[in-house]
Amino acid sequence: MSALKIEKGSSSHSVYALRDPFAEREEKHTLAVLVENEPGVLARVIGLFAGRGYNIESLTVAEIDHKGHRSRITIVTSGTPEVIEQIKAQLGRIVVVHEVHDLTVEGAAVERELALFKVSGTGDKRIEALRLAEIFRANVVDSTLESFMFELTGPSDKIDAFAELMRPLGLTELARTGIAALARGTA
Amino acid sequence: MTRQMTGAKMVVQALKDQGVDTIFGYPGGAVLPIYDEIFQQNDIKHVLVRHEQAAIHAAEGYARSTGKVGVALVTSGPGATNAVTGLTDALLDSIPLVVFSGQVATFMIGTDGFQEADTVGITRPCTKHNWLIKDTDKLADTVHQAFHVATSGRPGPVLIDLPKDVQFAQGEYVPPQKAKKSYYQPKVKASIEEITDLVALIEKAERPLFYTGGGVINSGPAASQLLRELVDTTGFPITTTLMGLGSYPASGKGWLGMPGMHGLYEANMAMHDCDLMINVGARFDDRITGLVSAFSPGSTKVHIDIDPSSVNKIIRVDLPIIGDVGHVLEDVLKVWKSRGRKTKSAALKQWWAQIETWKDIRCLNYTNSQTVIKPQYALERLQALTGGMDRYITTEVGQHQMWAAQYLGFEAPNRWMTSGGLGTMGYGFPASIGVQMAHPESLVINVAGEASWLMNMQEMGTAMQYRLPVKQFILNNERLGMVRQWQELLHGERYSSSWSESLPDFVKLAEAFGAKGILCSDPKDLDDAIMEMIKYDGPVIFDCLVEKHENCFPMIPSGKPHNEMLLSAEAEAFEGGGALV
Ligand SMILES: Cc1cc2nc3c(=O)[nH]c(=O)nc-3n(C[C@H](O)[C@H](O)[C@H](O)COP(=O)(O)OP(=O)(O)OC[C@H]3O[C@@H](n4cnc5c(N)ncnc54)[C@H](O)[C@@H]3O)c2cc1C
Ligand SMILES: Cc1ncc(C[n+]2csc(CCOP(=O)(O)OP(=O)(O)O)c2C)c(N)n1
Repeated sequence: MSALKIEKGSSSHSVYALRDPFAEREEKHTLAVLVENEPGVLARVIGLFAGRGYNIESLTVAEIDHKGHRSRITIVTSGTPEVIEQIKAQLGRIVVVHEVHDLTVEGAAVERELALFKVSGTGDKRIEALRLAEIFRANVVDSTLESFMFELTGPSDKIDAFAELMRPLGLTELARTGIAALARGTA
Repeated sequence: MTRQMTGAKMVVQALKDQGVDTIFGYPGGAVLPIYDEIFQQNDIKHVLVRHEQAAIHAAEGYARSTGKVGVALVTSGPGATNAVTGLTDALLDSIPLVVFSGQVATFMIGTDGFQEADTVGITRPCTKHNWLIKDTDKLADTVHQAFHVATSGRPGPVLIDLPKDVQFAQGEYVPPQKAKKSYYQPKVKASIEEITDLVALIEKAERPLFYTGGGVINSGPAASQLLRELVDTTGFPITTTLMGLGSYPASGKGWLGMPGMHGLYEANMAMHDCDLMINVGARFDDRITGLVSAFSPGSTKVHIDIDPSSVNKIIRVDLPIIGDVGHVLEDVLKVWKSRGRKTKSAALKQWWAQIETWKDIRCLNYTNSQTVIKPQYALERLQALTGGMDRYITTEVGQHQMWAAQYLGFEAPNRWMTSGGLGTMGYGFPASIGVQMAHPESLVINVAGEASWLMNMQEMGTAMQYRLPVKQFILNNERLGMVRQWQELLHGERYSSSWSESLPDFVKLAEAFGAKGILCSDPKDLDDAIMEMIKYDGPVIFDCLVEKHENCFPMIPSGKPHNEMLLSAEAEAFEGGGALV
């Protein structure tokens, strides 16, 4: 058994190769996945991510063409370039997936998210919240004497920034839709 | 003209229209309407297995040995869950199957009804696609879609879950010609630029190697024919994975044997040292690559595969070609011929001279014995005595499987059925039943280990009932041999639970089923015993008592590069015992 120079009985060699510890740099990508709108299609996509250990940072889904049975799933994911390539190929082989677009590499794209913020407070804090909301062009969609609900649309970092500002002013609840995205241009 | 019929009748009608002649299954409450329809017709033969896992493996054996779709039918709940191992096996090995499962009535779904299981949920990750049918009008169309999906692109298993009320209800039957055209249409032809790039690489290569796999078999017999032509006219060497055995003949002059963990020395060394690797329908499995970072460091790599997710998954390649093997090889041959059939013949000659020195190691040599049967010897004799026959081989999983791949020779595709990707012990016996159903006149042998064989031994009943003369050739080492080998080499010879204790008397077991049992323990008796097995017209359990502690070599432990193989003592002695670097 000299060939390998492993000591008999050493257990430092596994039957299975262990993962390379020198992981590469991760990138964030926004994918648009056009799917047949049939039962279980979202489970297939999510199951793929869970089963193969891919990340989901944001996911939105809705029907976009009722007659044509099409839904659009927008997924923000991260991984090494190899993993991103695999994710796209794996999505593409799901039978009910029609198209997979990587908006991060296919040219400029617009990404938007909608969020609802409930901010409770009185006095100065309440006034400050309203002032900041105006600066951010957030709409007031509900209010009581002790709270506001703001609606804000924009890129995710704008929503993050607004949330940070609202936290000390009494942010009690936050709901975000996740990202919707489209490539710029005519086609 | 519309034809109204019950969902159950539709299933049978659609199967007939798809050209199905045999299905493997096991009844239960949720599929009784379908069984009732099966009873009332004669076109489709139903084989009653003894366990649903076996139904799926039998369908796999049927599919792999015919190139057709394998079909199975199981009941809801436990019937469906028993099928899961088989489905996963077929998914990993790209075997086209259409499996029907019964389900509780639509209005009962979600109530934890009797024998309810979330079958589409459970089988979603282990099928290529699956459907729950809630409307009888959609049933026929879905069955036709299922056949299309199972066989198009990279083949795989699909499942249709059929609630009982859908089977009883009337609906409109749609024949295959009228079914909706599926939007699922994978690309099969490659671009002319890709083909030309590959031909240019072939013309320039000095140390080329074809590394071919199961995709060639998936593509059909014409692909194997084209592969032979390309290999023989270029004079390039070829190595074929466990799943691809037979696509190029073992007697062919380009053949280097199987590569990988238990592959041949010359095949692995050629993988490591080649300057052009042409992967045809193989998926760089980890049993092949060993240490990925040291895999074939100096080669330009081409990968022909129908599934884009197989490409650049494990090994980055320089020229990916997405398409069907048959289509691509046909185009490659055309272009290569039209450009004057060029290869670098002087360099090729040198490359072959190098390969011959690797072959001289004779990595499959072993120390034979006068007193005990060596498993390698048993397979050499099996090959010598049956190699020229109309023969199909299935295997279980373990050392015997690897020895079978090493010592048996396959001259044609679809003659070798083994569980490669999932490595499912218990696959071989039911698979042999499926093969024999498809080829009633042929010799079908399951090369087994005793431990694997016990996992689906209940199928003796099926073999007897349908008079299937399958030969169960058990290399009985009274050990979970493959596990024992790893424990010897890597776990300090601590043989934790790797003894096959309390084994049955296999001869008596055969007799208990009304079959024939043969015991052989003396090398001198082996030939006669094998001939007796072949000649017997009926199922045989052949209990071949072999050396208990034989190790399977060559072997590349995981995480090691190709040029660090463990060899048998004989091959090492030749090498001088030095490290093979
Ligand atoms: C105990 C044990 C030990 C093993 N040791 C080894 C070993 O030493 N050597 C070895 O080779 N294997 C070994 N295996 C098997 C191994 O695990 C894999 O199953 C096998 O190597 C995969 O074979 P493949 O690459 O040919 O791919 P397959 O699993 O057959 O996949 C086929 C590939 O071809 C593609 N394809 C399918 N249809 C087409 C088409 N029409 N056109 C183009 N492409 C197509 C698919 O997309 C896929 O990428 C072992 C298994 C076990 C259980
Ligand atoms: C269902 C299943 N369980 C466990 C394993 C792990 N395993 C791989 S080989 C092996 C031993 C097989 O023993 P046997 O069938 O006697 O064959 P041998 O290796 O002795 O030739 C085991 C337990 C497996 N592959 N499949």
